[in-house]
Amino acid sequence: MGQLTIRNLEVSFHTREGIIRAVDGIDLAIGPGEIVGLVGESGSGKSVTCNSVLQLLPCPPAQFGEGKIEWSSKDLLQLDEDKMRRIRGKEISMIFQDPMSCLNPFMTVLDQVAEPLIIHKICKPAEAKRKALEMLAKVGVHRVKEYPNSYPHEFSGGMRQRAMIAMALITQPALLLADEPTTALDVTVQAKVLSILRELCSELGVSVLFVSHDLGLVAELADRVVVMYRGKVVEQNDTASIFTHPKHPYVKALIACRPTLETSDDRLPTVEDFINPGKETEKSPADTSPPKTSSKSAKTLVEAKRLVVEFTTDEGSVRAVNDVSIKIPQGSTHGLVGESGSGKTSLGRSLLNLIRRQSGEILFNGIPVGHKGHPHEKQFRKSMQIIFQDPYASLNPRLTIEQALVEPMIVHNLGSSKRERIKRVIDLLEEVGLGEEHLARYPHEFSGGQRQRICVARALTTEPEFIVCDECVSAMDVSVQAQVLNLLKSLQASRGLTYLFISHDLGVVKFMSDQISVMQKGQIVESGSAENIYNDPQTKYTQQLINSIPAANRSKNFSFTHPSVSPGP
Amino acid sequence: MSSTHSSSLGRDAWLRLRANKMAMASLFLLAAVALISLLGPLLCSYSYDQQNLDRVFQSPDTTHLFGTDNLGRDLFARTTYGGRISLAVGLLATLVSLVIGVTYGMLSGYCGGRLDAWMMRLVDVLYSLPFIIFVILLMVLFGRNFLLLFLAIGAVEWLTMARITRAQTINLKNAEFIEAARALGYSHLRILFHHLLPNLIGPIIIYATLTVPAVMLLESVLSFLGLGVQAPMSSWGSLIKEGAEKMDAAPWLLFFPGMFFCLTLFALNFLGDGLRDALDPKSSKD
Amino acid sequence: MRKLIISRVLQAVPTLWVIATLTFFMTRYAPGGPFDSERAIPEEIKIKLQSHFGLDRPLFDQYLLYLKNLLQGDLGPSFKYPEWEVSELIATAFPVSLTLGLLSLLIALMVGIPAGMIAALRKNSWVDYLPMSLSMAGICLPTFVLGPLLIYALSTQLGMFPPLGWYGPADWVLPSLTLGLFYAAYIARLTRAGMLETLQQDYVRTARAKGAKSWRILTKHAARGGLLPVVTFLGPAFAGLITGSFVIESIFFIPGLGKFFVTAAFNRDYTMVLGTVLFYASLIILLNLLVDLLQAWLDPKARQEK
Repeated sequence: MGQLTIRNLEVSFHTREGIIRAVDGIDLAIGPGEIVGLVGESGSGKSVTCNSVLQLLPCPPAQFGEGKIEWSSKDLLQLDEDKMRRIRGKEISMIFQDPMSCLNPFMTVLDQVAEPLIIHKICKPAEAKRKALEMLAKVGVHRVKEYPNSYPHEFSGGMRQRAMIAMALITQPALLLADEPTTALDVTVQAKVLSILRELCSELGVSVLFVSHDLGLVAELADRVVVMYRGKVVEQNDTASIFTHPKHPYVKALIACRPTLETSDDRLPTVEDFINPGKETEKSPADTSPPKTSSKSAKTLVEAKRLVVEFTTDEGSVRAVNDVSIKIPQGSTHGLVGESGSGKTSLGRSLLNLIRRQSGEILFNGIPVGHKGHPHEKQFRKSMQIIFQDPYASLNPRLTIEQALVEPMIVHNLGSSKRERIKRVIDLLEEVGLGEEHLARYPHEFSGGQRQRICVARALTTEPEFIVCDECVSAMDVSVQAQVLNLLKSLQASRGLTYLFISHDLGVVKFMSDQISVMQKGQIVESGSAENIYNDPQTKYTQQLINSIPAANRSKNFSFTHPSVSPGP
Repeated sequence: MSSTHSSSLGRDAWLRLRANKMAMASLFLLAAVALISLLGPLLCSYSYDQQNLDRVFQSPDTTHLFGTDNLGRDLFARTTYGGRISLAVGLLATLVSLVIGVTYGMLSGYCGGRLDAWMMRLVDVLYSLPFIIFVILLMVLFGRNFLLLFLAIGAVEWLTMARITRAQTINLKNAEFIEAARALGYSHLRILFHHLLPNLIGPIIIYATLTVPAVMLLESVLSFLGLGVQAPMSSWGSLIKEGAEKMDAAPWLLFFPGMFFCLTLFALNFLGDGLRDALDPKSSKD
Repeated sequence: MRKLIISRVLQAVPTLWVIATLTFFMTRYAPGGPFDSERAIPEEIKIKLQSHFGLDRPLFDQYLLYLKNLLQGDLGPSFKYPEWEVSELIATAFPVSLTLGLLSLLIALMVGIPAGMIAALRKNSWVDYLPMSLSMAGICLPTFVLGPLLIYALSTQLGMFPPLGWYGPADWVLPSLTLGLFYAAYIARLTRAGMLETLQQDYVRTARAKGAKSWRILTKHAARGGLLPVVTFLGPAFAGLITGSFVIESIFFIPGLGKFFVTAAFNRDYTMVLGTVLFYASLIILLNLLVDLLQAWLDPKARQEK
């Protein structure tokens, strides 16, 4: 039982802008009990493939070509809605990316987990609830036993995703489709959810199609990996071979351009390097290569002493930053890692005086940065900038690139004439890899990576010395991420910038930083040089963070001790 | 979102609106109604209050396009004249509500904190007041003053406008581009008027388009109750009232003002829907 | 839940006080008085009447006296019909308006919600286009146009229902239809928009992935979220029904509270105006509370926050 075979699947979307071919003739097979990883960047068609199996795509706009999706000698693409419905949730189940929106906020979690049993008339409602409780206990959601009437909003993201897993597996399906199930979760939570998923599936003998943008993560779980690129399968092989002998240049790039904890080069390879080898697309910082300022001899640019930031919520006040002191030498990068809610973003913003601090002192170049309305405020604003996570939200959609970049110069009286300002804007655009032709365009005409370059250029308009990069590559595909990271590094080299680099991704932080601080619950639990933090973590939390990173993302030369081969604990 | 040539959001929206046939038809209809109301009284050889007791209850013919009423007044003159008043009330009262509501909402949303809480508490309390009843009371007690009329109506409608503006402001205030503007050292005024307001215009226009018919409806209700404009002046509401009373004898007295009124509401509502689709493609209903 | 009720009741007291004060001084400063009617009343009788109702005393004393009586639940006698207490007048007239309002609401919900749901489920088919065009027409056809039209068609021409008055259930039909259909149109559009929005939610896709039938998806998964906008609209709808009742009662000559209120205002019947305004205010506050409770019952998150 349970052999899924996808033959020559074609899916296209009919939109106002024209026909978009999302999946362009792919072949894929999943044998009984097999775990297959489907990897690709956003827009590669991996999620569309996954949703096609259960016929969950709205048609129109989606349209299927000639291909077949065979499941126990039936072609799922030919089944009518009622027959398809009997397969959904019974033979083939699915879990989705965002646990926040995928559970019904108006129904109790218990009811939702029990529902598949009731829908498919597997057992009576009372029995279904009992089974649901059992299943929830198995995935570690214990709250429901105490409070059977709890609704989804009372649970954390990780707990909700566990409930989703319980819901998907309660009918003991033959195949589980998992569409980026851990992407929205913190690394430590991701590790736990993943191990639950792995154990449960091997216990029940469920085969899995695991869709993810993260090749390293898929390596943790999958027997076989299929890589998609622009709607096509570019390579498929067993997991170890993909890593040791990638054949397709895109796959090679995908493995190479993600910084691991061992990456120590100054520049990350990009997809361009592999697909068009020999063509120099970016000026490498090695060309300018000034000697990296030794962090010990340089003077301190930014210093925070015993910083406290509090937020008042309905339940009382929360200390987002709790007594934090930090020193950042000029020309260096200080990395800040932590999980969501650890206070790293609040720390970054309070250093820039964007949010009010309860107490503590901030020194910039030795001068205290006052509260708002301080006479030197404008001067500080000029010298300290920030780059945000979401390049889609951080540009005003109503301003052209020219307007957005000229405005800071007007406010800070930089440049004497309009012509001079525009000249500087063009120089800046060229510095970040864009050009004069982009001046009159609006933000929505650019891709995410390009927008982030514009944000970088905007931050540079005031000639700052210090820039806070707040998760500025987290929303990007690894190939784009590599380009932006390279840009930041080369700018630092040429302009002597000082960064506070905030990220949840230890690999990225390690690649960028000289010094690293680990934050947990508003406090810095560990601080030290990037090498030391990784090689010799002092606290259990840092150790845990490092261990939660999929092995393949920790090191390029990890040894394959495949989890499904080794017996579970 | 992947347009290849350079175009602003406003142009995109206009193109989307142009593609919406119902909305464009509504736009033309509105223009026509406005034009007839503006020019009608000038073109017509009778004035709106000119009585002719020899020609009462004339059914529509070539001399009296829309017929005459019980005092022999020309209904075409009265309908177009009433159109001026109804449209003026609709636009002016909407403007009043717009100015108060947007300022209040933006201030409340942008400042946040305790000020916001208090300002919104006030709106909540005002919301729970039977405002319509106050408007009626005001009109009854202080006479049918034209100025009072749209001040009163504007005062009712600004509450929703303030709520909508505030909600949008709060959404935008936390947007990263506003935070970036603060990080770049822009002043509050610059942020409010150069960065926030242009991004609020979409929802404001949409809601304003839908407020005009609501205001006109309210005015006509008041007129219908005998509290709006005073005879011999006319508005569509007061004409409909007269028409309804004399429906059996002279159905055209109800038909023409009723048609003008309903068509205008129809067009405004369709235009509002079309604008919503054009300015905010994400919330589009299909 | 209890906290919500208590806080609302506590909020209502100052609100009602502000309304009472505002109305009191507004009526008193307005030109004209209760005894300045068309028929000239002899001067000495007028003075006698005024002293009988305490109108010759300083205004602030009258205000304090009124508040004192109000606290004891006494709305005072009507100035125009001195043999009647204001509360008695309200008690006679309100049931009429209440019947009209409830029937209209019933029509609005029974027609509007199913129409909107069907339209959302079969989007872009004739069961979507037809009700939605009708509802657009319904929104643009104000009650005072629809009312006369209905009278003309169903009463004058077909003779199915009596055109005017309020004597028996047959008289209820036309007024409630006139008032109800307008709100039915509005609710149908809200329901459709709300359902369409909800049907696009990720959790509805989850339900489909579980293999739920469309009926189950509609009733168990989408209905609650989809109907929330309708429930939110009920607050303004109640206020609108009250305004609407003024018009309807005037079209159909129904002796309801709306008609009493407008007449009382014209007659400068101070106590009657004050009493009715306070009554309406309390009613609206109460109805808004009901709407909030309904919302909390539908939405577990709101339940917790409140």
